[in-house]
Amino acid sequence: MQSLLKEHAPKDTSDVRTWFLAAPVTNFPENGGACVRYKDLQVAVFNFSRRKEWYACQNLCPHKKQMILSRGMVGSHAGEPKVACPFHKKSFSLRSGECLSGDECSITTFPVKVEDGQVYIGFGS
Amino acid sequence: MEVIVIGNGMVGYKFCEKLRKKAGVHQIRITVYGEEPRPAYDRVHLSEYFNGKSADDLLMAPASWYAENDVTLVTGELVTAIDRDRKTITTHKGSTARYDKLVLATGSAAFVPMIRGIEKQGVFVYRTIEDLNAILAYGKNVRNAVVMGGGLLGLEAAKAMLDMGLRTSVVEFAPRLMPRQLDEAGAALLRQRLEALSIDIYTGKNTVELLGNARLSGLKFSDDSVLETGMLVISAGIRPRDELARESGITTGERGGIVVNDQLLTNDPDIYAIGEAVLHREKVYGLVAPGYEMAECVAASLAGEVAGDFTGFDMSSKLKLIGVDVGSFGDPFGDDSTSVPIVYEDRTAGIYKRINISSDGKRLCGGILVGDASAYNMLLQITQNGLSLPTDPADLILGARGAGKEEGAGIAALPAEAQICSCENISKGTLCQAIENQNLTTLDGIKKATGACTGCGGCTPMVADLLKYALESQGKTVKQVLCEHFDHSRQELLDLIRIQGIRSFDDLLDAHGTGDGCEICKPAVASMLSSVWNEPLPKQSTIQDTNDRFLANIQKGGSYSVVPRIPAGEITPAQLLVIALVAGKYKLYTKITGGQRIDLFGASLEQLPAIWKELTEAGFESGHAYGKALRTVKSCVGSTWCRYGVQDSVGFAVEIENRYKGIRAPHKIKSAVSGCIRECAEAQSKDFGIIATEKGWNLYVCGNGGARPQHARLLATDLDRETCIRYIDRFLMFYIKTADPLTRTAAWLNKLDGGISYLKEVVIEDSLGIAGQLEKDMQELISTYHCEWKKVVNDPTLQAPFRHFVNSEETDPGLQFTEIRGQKVPVNWD
Ligand code: SRM
Ligand SMILES: Cc1cc2nc3c(=O)[nH]c(=O)nc-3n(C[C@H](O)[C@H](O)[C@H](O)COP(=O)(O)OP(=O)(O)OC[C@H]3O[C@@H](n4cnc5c(N)ncnc54)[C@H](O)[C@@H]3O)c2cc1C
Ligand code: SF4
Ligand code: FES
Repeated sequence: MQSLLKEHAPKDTSDVRTWFLAAPVTNFPENGGACVRYKDLQVAVFNFSRRKEWYACQNLCPHKKQMILSRGMVGSHAGEPKVACPFHKKSFSLRSGECLSGDECSITTFPVKVEDGQVYIGFGS
Repeated sequence: MEVIVIGNGMVGYKFCEKLRKKAGVHQIRITVYGEEPRPAYDRVHLSEYFNGKSADDLLMAPASWYAENDVTLVTGELVTAIDRDRKTITTHKGSTARYDKLVLATGSAAFVPMIRGIEKQGVFVYRTIEDLNAILAYGKNVRNAVVMGGGLLGLEAAKAMLDMGLRTSVVEFAPRLMPRQLDEAGAALLRQRLEALSIDIYTGKNTVELLGNARLSGLKFSDDSVLETGMLVISAGIRPRDELARESGITTGERGGIVVNDQLLTNDPDIYAIGEAVLHREKVYGLVAPGYEMAECVAASLAGEVAGDFTGFDMSSKLKLIGVDVGSFGDPFGDDSTSVPIVYEDRTAGIYKRINISSDGKRLCGGILVGDASAYNMLLQITQNGLSLPTDPADLILGARGAGKEEGAGIAALPAEAQICSCENISKGTLCQAIENQNLTTLDGIKKATGACTGCGGCTPMVADLLKYALESQGKTVKQVLCEHFDHSRQELLDLIRIQGIRSFDDLLDAHGTGDGCEICKPAVASMLSSVWNEPLPKQSTIQDTNDRFLANIQKGGSYSVVPRIPAGEITPAQLLVIALVAGKYKLYTKITGGQRIDLFGASLEQLPAIWKELTEAGFESGHAYGKALRTVKSCVGSTWCRYGVQDSVGFAVEIENRYKGIRAPHKIKSAVSGCIRECAEAQSKDFGIIATEKGWNLYVCGNGGARPQHARLLATDLDRETCIRYIDRFLMFYIKTADPLTRTAAWLNKLDGGISYLKEVVIEDSLGIAGQLEKDMQELISTYHCEWKKVVNDPTLQAPFRHFVNSEETDPGLQFTEIRGQKVPVNWD
């Protein structure tokens, strides 16, 4: 898994090699997420409509290695956009991927862009 | 110096605690002997043993405390002799020990009158945990109980019998209840209130014989009338345990009690006596506070401090536990003939208040409160501190409904030295300082820091007021907020939603919050919205926990479990077959739940709508196992089959479950209905539980299993179905409107000011005048019920989210299962 992430994650937007067309905007619930498959990678994509922002991160929750973050609840902590895992409510920053509830290791995030109603995720591979 | 304490009861323990605080082990060595098998426990709250408190919960201090504080504790050993010349004591096990100073804290025993047949099985006293264990065990096999003695303790015992689900009567020798605390009118009113709780009262009854062979079957009175009963609890007063003292040549009173002077010294200059065993100025003190005061005096003089004398103690008392407020303070009867009584009586509301004003109209001498004792602490303070009275003293007891404000004001009026907690003797000043310096903000905080309210608990409301008053005067406000996004309590938000007609999370956040919400406030608000509007939230499904969002319970690995509703656990072979076929077809792990229904585990997100289609078409509905909603109403088979059943428990359980299914609450709600007192449905562990009686149904509320189990409390007895349902409507709606998020009814009740008696007033007597509204709101929820599964099955657009990938049809390749005992289970996580 980690290797997969290394392989596909861009360092930053400039490092993006592929803009992968995920799905039309309408497939993503407002202020919620859905899971996108890219090769063998599962990516959680969030339509944070309240903030008019889009985010993407690994679907795997590092705590118990569950493919679940796309079903997590988005929200903010002191202004920082975050997602909370449905299983044990660990939350992670959607910007930096850093774990906001202490101990857990951080998660990989991906750049997202929306063009004429379509959602694209940026990969480094 | 060697100090030996005989008696490890409340006062004996408190003495050890106080003495050790004043003197280290190098200065004074302490050994305490206790006859009872366990260390000292809180006798004052003994009755809470019936409401789920364990013996350990009741301990004054854990056994380890004695070791940590160098106090040698000897339990289960009765001291049988004192050799005053050799200055030694001997126990029934024959071990002896030397003392320099001896302290007798032998307390008292229940007084048992010499009545023919007193030795029969089924006759108990009410003093120790062993007594209560015996009562609990014997009570299982009887239907009714009689308490002999209509005083403070007797009525407390009666309440306990009632909580055990027994038909309860009280027999009092005197012509009225609580003769030492209440006058005619007050006692009459108390009687009326107790009879309303379905306790039968017999006054002016002299019991001459206990009937029955080996086992008790009834009481015979001097007027030859007979009262049948399976159990008798005697609470006819106390007798000081002065036998040891008497046999050792220590002076005792002829009606009992170890005689002491104002220094608590007996006629032996090396032997003190304290607590309930003592006869001081011809008086025995049946309360714990004076005992603690005595302990303080003796501890001080032994530690070489300047010790104040014990010159007597105020015997004001407040009846706790029983569902009726009763208070009696100062000189209740106005015996000091110069005083003039002011009396307020409202028979319909069941309230009686009397205060005795000094002839010059300047001082409050004492009084009596029945039905509403909210002003008790305040009036007691005014009496004890001789505070000046309002120009019209009647104001003190009139319009007491708005007591909250008056008390707050009253608190401010109190002098700093006014004693607030009499058990621990803590003054207003001490409390205020503690709050200020250790900046305490909660009642628990104060309890821990100062020990206030830890005795009889009577001062709790006053300390709460004081906290509020102190914090407000510091400019702080006392407030329960939801999370960083909402600066409101759940109750406030609920009102805002209802009043302003708010129907979405974002609208609420924009109007009354900040930021973008989080996993705490979103589900909370979601549940509030459905509690108020009871409509599905498709557009905002993402403000709900994954379970509510996908109408199933997420499990390890990310699969879901499906729990169809099976009202009361009653199910036909045909329905069983449907479940079997569905489970087989979709390869689901099946298990009978702890809630008398069947859980189907291991469905993938994609499969859920299809599974629901098959289940709903066969007549099943969602069981809301995923929601903070009604879960199950368990039942026992009841009178239809069971040879003991007295009512149709299954039928009633089915009706109840169908009535309340689907309604959303601050936390999940569970219920059960038992067909007779044997209680096979475990109704007393439920948020609301119903137990059949010959006459109808007993309704219990606020029980809980889980991590901190708590027995449900009896709300009302012998109800017909309609009344029972009406009370449940009111109870549930009141809970839904006032509880904090994720607070079960048990925790909610524990926080509720006035506890079960207040709840009874609201639900049964409609003291807030909201019963009609509560019933209306409940009816609203019931009539808008819909099966959430059916909705999704019938509306394809709602099925869209039930897939793992947005850009691929296949299911989550991460879902992996193995097999255990012939069924599939998820691969375990590390
Ligand atoms: C399935 C079941 C265990 C079983 O296989 O028997 C179960 C399963 C869960 N229980 Fe339970 N409880 C189940 C009966 C009980 C009971 C027994 C009963 O209801 O008679 C209790 C004690 C009674 C009570 O609630 O007072 C019980 C006390 C709890 C608690 C502690 C609640 C408390 O007040 O302390 C939790 C934790 C919570 O709710 O916060 C809990 C939470 C859970 C959760 C939701 C934990 C979770 O988030 O995964 C489990 C998932 C439910 C599911 O369907 O996947 N479960 N749980 C039982 C489902 C009953 C049903 O038919 O709906
Ligand atoms: C159900 C109930 C409710 C009550 N409610 C209240 C209330 O609301 N407010 C209030 O102020 N008071 C209340 N009381 C009274 C209060 O409990 C007593 O005043 C208090 O317990 C007295 O403490 P004590 O240590 O003097 O006696 P106890 O608590 O009785 O302790 C005496 C101990 O000494 C032991 N002992 C006796 N002789 C010997 C011996 N020779 N050797 C070794 N050990 C011996 C006994 O076994 C006992 O454990 C209540 C009492 C009961 C039973
Ligand atoms: S007891 Fe714990 S493990 Fe068992 S079902 Fe309930 S929550 Fe799950
Ligand atoms: S698996 Fe995500 S928090 Fe535990």
